[in-house]
Amino acid sequence: MSPDVLREKFVAILTPYIADKALLTGLNNNTHLTKDLHINSAHVVDVVIDTEVEFDIEIDNDSIDHMTTVGSCVELIRQKMLVDVVAG
Amino acid sequence: MRRVVVTGLGVVAPNGVDVPTFTDSIRRGQSGIRMIPQLMNWNLGCWVAGWPQLEEGVLSAYFTENTLKALKSTNVIYGCVAATQAWLDAGLTINPDTVDWDTGCVFGTTSCDTTVMREAVNTIDRMESRRLGTRFIEQTMFSGVCAYVGGLLGLGNQVSANASACATGTESILLAYDRIRHGYANRMVAGSAESASPHIWAASDAMRIITRRSNQTPETASRPMSATAAGFVPSSGAGALILEERDMAIARGARIYAEIRGGYTNSGGQRDGGTMTAPSPAGVRRCIQRTLELSETSPADIDLVCGHLTSTFADKVEVRSWATVLDRWGADFPYINSLKSMIGHCLGAAGSIESVAAILQLHHGFIHPSINCDDPHPDIEALISPSRIPAQAVEQEVNTVIKANFGFGDVNSCIVFTK
Repeated sequence: MSPDVLREKFVAILTPYIADKALLTGLNNNTHLTKDLHINSAHVVDVVIDTEVEFDIEIDNDSIDHMTTVGSCVELIRQKMLVDVVAG
Repeated sequence: MRRVVVTGLGVVAPNGVDVPTFTDSIRRGQSGIRMIPQLMNWNLGCWVAGWPQLEEGVLSAYFTENTLKALKSTNVIYGCVAATQAWLDAGLTINPDTVDWDTGCVFGTTSCDTTVMREAVNTIDRMESRRLGTRFIEQTMFSGVCAYVGGLLGLGNQVSANASACATGTESILLAYDRIRHGYANRMVAGSAESASPHIWAASDAMRIITRRSNQTPETASRPMSATAAGFVPSSGAGALILEERDMAIARGARIYAEIRGGYTNSGGQRDGGTMTAPSPAGVRRCIQRTLELSETSPADIDLVCGHLTSTFADKVEVRSWATVLDRWGADFPYINSLKSMIGHCLGAAGSIESVAAILQLHHGFIHPSINCDDPHPDIEALISPSRIPAQAVEQEVNTVIKANFGFGDVNSCIVFTK
């Protein structure tokens, strides 16, 4: 999966959690999930679950702490998918 | 003591999911009871129930996309829709940025949505608790409905849930009324919700307290005061009222549906004929008597009794209690009707939906039919004239309505509404 496609899919997961859709314009790798997109920090856990289902990966509790910006999330997903492929 | 009026109404009922439709339905005697295939598949005795027909589309007007994605509790859904309807009906607006410190909410229920609870339990039992996400607790906690309502409307006063089984809805109105009367709040959203929970209905079926005789004719299943009443019909929905301090409501030019003149809540103590499941006549009579005293209402002034009247053997005991306390008998007895004849027993939501109906009759000047009572119970006919149980709507001015509900635990609540 190309990084662009991966990012597009991840943003689609985020979209329902963003009340003000105008925040999606100008979104980049540095965009912060809670600070910039105003996603309720309690709901980041739900974003993680949706991400696990979408990409068929497992995100451990330690990794969740690294899911702060769009870029860090996409990188984490890429790594987890890679691990799964290697392990598989 | 401050006076309290009703300025807004909202309803999600099996025979109407907005106030205009509901008003039209209760005037026409339109039943909302239908066959529920799930109940038949479980091999229950009773296959009929009341289940509001809420279109999915209406919810997007109330909830964010994120909440809608997670929201499964019918309790919360019905409660929020009814409360928001009532809020807008009262001419109030929803401001997403401000807190209304003088408005609160008392919204009760009897139990959480067991379908949601079942999903949570099954997920955990499958060793997949991580998959639950963050949105289960808020939907299964008892204060779930009022928490959602408080957030939708930005309420900053007391936001709390009450629970007193089938008296919950009436009690919620009285709790909110007291809060305004004593000056702790100026406005309250009062109401109750009951989820469409077939598992709860199955448990009622096991108790043999719901009817098994009308599976092929759902609309005739709920028969309050009838000789052939064979148990109640389980149902669901929500009712909501906006209560306001009278002078402030008048000052802002609000439409006033009714005044809450007074009410009383008590228990029969599960003695003297009262049990966990049956109300003690002494407790019921005391509750009605105290309501009359506190509301300074003369029995002669009562135009309409909106009873609890569930379509069980207890109906005749209840009618005897009304006639005894009011000391009005035969053709002198006020009109009496039961909304349950059309929508079944909404349990925790019964008191609020039935209070909405009581107030609509007061406001519009009609008495809705009590359907399926073409064969009144002979013990009831011995107390009051059958002419007092309208088979068709009666169009007449209604100035004073008395409303009561009784619940498991031998608990009672009674209210007088006036014009």
